[in-house]
Amino acid sequence: MNLDSKIPEGPISEKWSNFKFHAKLVNPSNRRKFRVIVVGSGLAGASAAASLAEQGYNIDCFCYQDSPRRAHSIAAQGGINAAKNYQNDGDSIYRLFYDTVKGGDFRSREANVYRLAEVSVNIIDQCVAQGVPFAREYGGLLANRSFGGAQVSRTFYARGQTGQQLLLGAYSALERQIGLGKVKMHTRREMLDLVVIDGNAKGIIVRNLLTGEIERYAADAVLLCTGGYGNVFYLSTNAQGCNVTAAFRCYKRGAGFANPCFTQIHPTCIPRHGDQQSKLTLMSESLRNDGRIWVPKNAADCGKNPNDIPEEDRDYYLERKYPSFGNLAPRDISSRAAKEACDDGRGVGPAVKGKREGVYLDFADAIKRDGLATVKEKYGNLFDMYERITGENAYEVPMRIYPASHYTMGGLWVDYTLQSTIPGLFVLGEANFSDHGANRLGASALMQGLADGYFVIPYTLPDYLARVGAQNIKTDRPEFEAVEKDVRERINKLMSIKGTKSPRQFHIELGKVMWEKCGMARSEESLKEALEIIPQIRKDFWKNLRVVGDENTINIELERAGRVADFIDFAEVMVRDALERRESCGAHFRVEFQTEDGEAKRNDAEYSYAAVWEYTGDDTPPIMHKEPITHDEVKPVVRSYK
Amino acid sequence: MKIHLKIWTQKNPDDKGRFVTHTVENISEESSFLEMFDILNEQLVAENKEPIVFDHDCREGICGMCSMTINGIPHGPERETTVCQLHMRKFKDGDTIVVEPWRAGPFPVKKDLIVSRDAFDLIQQAGGFITSRTGSARDANEILIPKDVVEKAMDAASCIGCGACVAACPNASAMLFTSAKVSHLNYLPQGSPEKDRRTIAMVEKMDELGFGNCSNYGECQAVCPKGITLDFIAKMNRDYAVAKARQLANS
Repeated sequence: MNLDSKIPEGPISEKWSNFKFHAKLVNPSNRRKFRVIVVGSGLAGASAAASLAEQGYNIDCFCYQDSPRRAHSIAAQGGINAAKNYQNDGDSIYRLFYDTVKGGDFRSREANVYRLAEVSVNIIDQCVAQGVPFAREYGGLLANRSFGGAQVSRTFYARGQTGQQLLLGAYSALERQIGLGKVKMHTRREMLDLVVIDGNAKGIIVRNLLTGEIERYAADAVLLCTGGYGNVFYLSTNAQGCNVTAAFRCYKRGAGFANPCFTQIHPTCIPRHGDQQSKLTLMSESLRNDGRIWVPKNAADCGKNPNDIPEEDRDYYLERKYPSFGNLAPRDISSRAAKEACDDGRGVGPAVKGKREGVYLDFADAIKRDGLATVKEKYGNLFDMYERITGENAYEVPMRIYPASHYTMGGLWVDYTLQSTIPGLFVLGEANFSDHGANRLGASALMQGLADGYFVIPYTLPDYLARVGAQNIKTDRPEFEAVEKDVRERINKLMSIKGTKSPRQFHIELGKVMWEKCGMARSEESLKEALEIIPQIRKDFWKNLRVVGDENTINIELERAGRVADFIDFAEVMVRDALERRESCGAHFRVEFQTEDGEAKRNDAEYSYAAVWEYTGDDTPPIMHKEPITHDEVKPVVRSYK
Repeated sequence: MKIHLKIWTQKNPDDKGRFVTHTVENISEESSFLEMFDILNEQLVAENKEPIVFDHDCREGICGMCSMTINGIPHGPERETTVCQLHMRKFKDGDTIVVEPWRAGPFPVKKDLIVSRDAFDLIQQAGGFITSRTGSARDANEILIPKDVVEKAMDAASCIGCGACVAACPNASAMLFTSAKVSHLNYLPQGSPEKDRRTIAMVEKMDELGFGNCSNYGECQAVCPKGITLDFIAKMNRDYAVAKARQLANS
């Protein structure tokens, strides 16, 4: 597997300029000869499709929802980072770069991260020009707030709906191009496989979710913008439809999958209510700006009304352990601290299966300090949402929160140009692996999705297209025939088992194993157990699955069955990756590797690499390759937020 | 809780459709309405029957995908709440609940509770954007926008495009949706160069697609999960009148 990262020459601050200057271009009148497939219409997909169409390329864009506006980027609440330094508080491109590398626990590729920080400033300009209604001060200037893992105020936001507003901005640009005929939008389509011709990605096979038809699409390049795989845990903050299928199918066609074990658990989600739960809801991390996190000091107080627990009996554990970052400690650290408190028997809220899994996020002091009106203005919609879900008024009793699977830093391996190990297959946004290392900082996902779509791919894709030339590939080629046959056989296989268990039952089973054995804390023992159990689930799946209905219509059971089948196979790769990484770093916490006071213990000498997994067959284990991660700019230190 | 459901069931767009009764038991009060549907569907699958199909995705009230009319009210009885955020504690043990898809000519039913809302995307394509090519923007702080203006734009921009407004309107009017989209951009200085074109194009597309007119019932505002108000319809009407007058004067 060729893992040449193609990092341009020169000092870090000039690499991107160097690349842009040396990249090949496609002349404006030739661009209309190229066709590009964009799978996914979230921030990365919509911004890429719109920007490439503006340049003159013909785009086919796909999403499984009924409209591109509904992609799950829409649910991001808190904000988007950019090194604008509008607050005059010492921010710079270099500082954003540094914070992101450090936040990622020194497992991200420096050149990519620097570019991300560099284009972050353009993103805000672009979004404002499109009409994104970012929060403003009375004087009309843009407002900022601060977020976890940073000591400057660089986050731009639109109430608690930043993702929605950014997506609507990208969506409006996309819709404009659809109206102009440069983008052909294909809604309610699910990508089921990738077509590779002479070693280059040249098309996809999709299922029309309304009619069940299997359709072929050909292009000169394929852009995968399909998000993360957080639903491998069954319960997560992802949308119900989020899945790993598109990325995993590409993996099976030869794309390397990098660092699958780097999955982020978000500290501020609403705790589970019981067994009927289908999804977890995130409360924006911005709440940690003003909310104070605590649990009772004594397990005996856990059932009490929190307002009756006196100050001296409360343990504000983040403030105690990390005095300089306090409640704004990074996500991995905050999540683990919450788990520790609950494992210690000091969790709060109703017990699910005999255990209280929740900690308080208390706004009483903020209300006392700033007044109810200010708190309402800042967080009103989040408090309303909390009340709708829990039936509790968080202005009067503290919120209860608990960590949940939220974002996946791992993804398909890409080089500096966002190209995977399959030439012509580019991967953008959460679906790739490069920018966040082992842990992503808050408000950086939106930044990366838009950076990739608006400002990176419009420069890197033409370089590839100019090299290969427009090929006008037709879908009647034998390569399409063969892949379509695979897709149909797989659907037939799923339909014909006619067992007794629904796809959801398997998903719940798998999720439970992944959460318990490969979740917030992992051990050699738990991971080896997972490697025993997952093949059993797979065996049971292919023997006892029941998919009712038929395949020639809307069939939600068939959709879920296909996704769960891939999650099962993917889970095994993820567990292997977690097992091989014998260190703790970022969101990957191996209990064997911790300092005396329970902090993650990195092993830079042996594990400073991206682990890239290569598929070798259904019956043979994948092979791990390594892309060394070098630290030319930021020397690794113990990531301290104390 | 034990809940009886009368659910609209329709095989395909050509099928006449009918209500089918189901009963689900042991529903937790803490469950959401859609989690109750998940349990119902698991029950149906266990009986080797086809599950009820319905649109849903984020389950946190923001993607706008979920769309059920519950006891005659789009998104159900709780104000400013999408179906996915509606919880069973709002119902009583033993209740019978009637669930239907959005009903409106421009939203044809595809199957059971799933309708097509492609018409909304077509309205957006007609003019719901600010033409701003990637890479051509100036520094964000060069455009000063007073806080109250951006807040108004944000109120309009909160629309999630779910279509409850159309489903609730006796005229199947899409005025609340379209006006939210038009107003979001028309309020902002960046949106002013294309203001007239946008307003005329979006309103005319909306009419062309078969949505009815507004006759001030106000049902749309009552069911809107994001609290979008009729004020935006007034603004759109005004912007439309001004745009048409200007068009006439310049012709």
